[in-house]
Amino acid sequence: MWNWEYAWSILPDLIAALKTTFWATFGGFIFAAIGGLILAMLGRSPIWIVRAVNRLIIEFIRNTPLLVQLFFLYFYILPTMFPTAPTALVSGIIGLGIHYSTYMSEVYRSGIDAVPKGQWEAAKALNFSRTKTWSTIILPQALPPTLPVMGNYLIVIFKETPLLSAITLVEVLTTAKNAISISYRPFEAYTLVGVLFLIISYVFSVLVRMMEIRLNREQSASSGTDSSSKPQSGGKGRLDKEVKQQA
Amino acid sequence: MMDVPWNDFYPLLWEGLKVTVEVAVLSALAALVLSLVIGLCRVSKFKTVRIISQICTEVFRGLPLLVLLFWVYFALPFLGVEFDKVTSAVVAIGLNYGAFGSEIVRSAILAVPNGQSEAARALNFSPLQRMIYIILPQAALRMLPPFGNLMIELIKGTSLIYFITLSDLTYQALILRNNFLSMTPYIFLLLLLIYFVLSSFVSVTVRLLERKLAAGRL
Repeated sequence: MWNWEYAWSILPDLIAALKTTFWATFGGFIFAAIGGLILAMLGRSPIWIVRAVNRLIIEFIRNTPLLVQLFFLYFYILPTMFPTAPTALVSGIIGLGIHYSTYMSEVYRSGIDAVPKGQWEAAKALNFSRTKTWSTIILPQALPPTLPVMGNYLIVIFKETPLLSAITLVEVLTTAKNAISISYRPFEAYTLVGVLFLIISYVFSVLVRMMEIRLNREQSASSGTDSSSKPQSGGKGRLDKEVKQQA
Repeated sequence: MMDVPWNDFYPLLWEGLKVTVEVAVLSALAALVLSLVIGLCRVSKFKTVRIISQICTEVFRGLPLLVLLFWVYFALPFLGVEFDKVTSAVVAIGLNYGAFGSEIVRSAILAVPNGQSEAARALNFSPLQRMIYIILPQAALRMLPPFGNLMIELIKGTSLIYFITLSDLTYQALILRNNFLSMTPYIFLLLLLIYFVLSSFVSVTVRLLERKLAAGRL
């Protein structure tokens, strides 16, 4: 049933294909991290129409399948937008990035909401400009507590990369499919792909947990001397709840 | 916009919608049952049960849905277990989202204040009665919003059954696209809109249910 010899023979190809998977994962993650921040800041815009459109876009992208969005991007939007159609990898990064930026924006939003209102007021009282308020007051406080949640989304994006095989990206799953089309032995190939994904997402999740523990320790250490960071740790609890719901 | 043959789109998409809804409903049921069973095992007083259920959660959560689906549909027959397409889809989607759901059940049960359990014990409730009459009704209210989100993710996840050539919405839309290549953007927009309506239906239902369950509670 299980043929070790065959399994060993395809393993190097699968591992080599992980490189593409990682590129897509990190590319998509960085895109989503930047896009999510922009969406979250637009959600705080003083103009209500910007907030409403922003909300609508987020809801629409969040509530429709990534697979369909990938097809739409790859077959229509990107080829009509650019003179030369982007490669499958670039399209995949854009697709993952757009889809998960809507999720990330919620993470940022909870981080930004956790910054006490007094901070905004103080910035205004000290005559800080809008850009200055965001870059020097709000974001430095809002971002660190969101890091573990963002780490979880890195894992989620990693687990979504097999979808990119639909737009002809040769990542791990496509490589397995190609091997199967020669050998007609799906058992070993798909089992190996599953084991690879399990191991990598497990390692990632251990790293994220370590980061979370360290962050909590730093926060409790600082709250011992500085009472103003207490509301922030309250916000942290809210974030944790959100992770549990989404993870 | 005038010359979009919308009427040619509807029959195929209607067929696809039926398959999507069928798989979504069946796998949602499977996922709900699994999350309750695994979730209860996660808070069991027996250590072995807790560990085994935790391993189940980690494995089925850690696997990408598409890989799990391929494994169930293409690889399992080599172990002598052969499912038809719909069953494979329901098994894979049910296991994957059931693992996520068990985490919701577990945290909701743990979030019920300890005093409730102690009060039930003081009133001489058996452990089973304690769970059914005291803990679960309170936990259910907490589970509702995250389960609503999970169901929306599940509907989105059903689009993956296109990969095992089940003729769902996505599959039919791609066939339509082959027939009307110049209509690509309209077909995809319509497809996205249908999915959006489906998930909005779930979120509205959950909100109504939440209001109903929360009535008369603190």
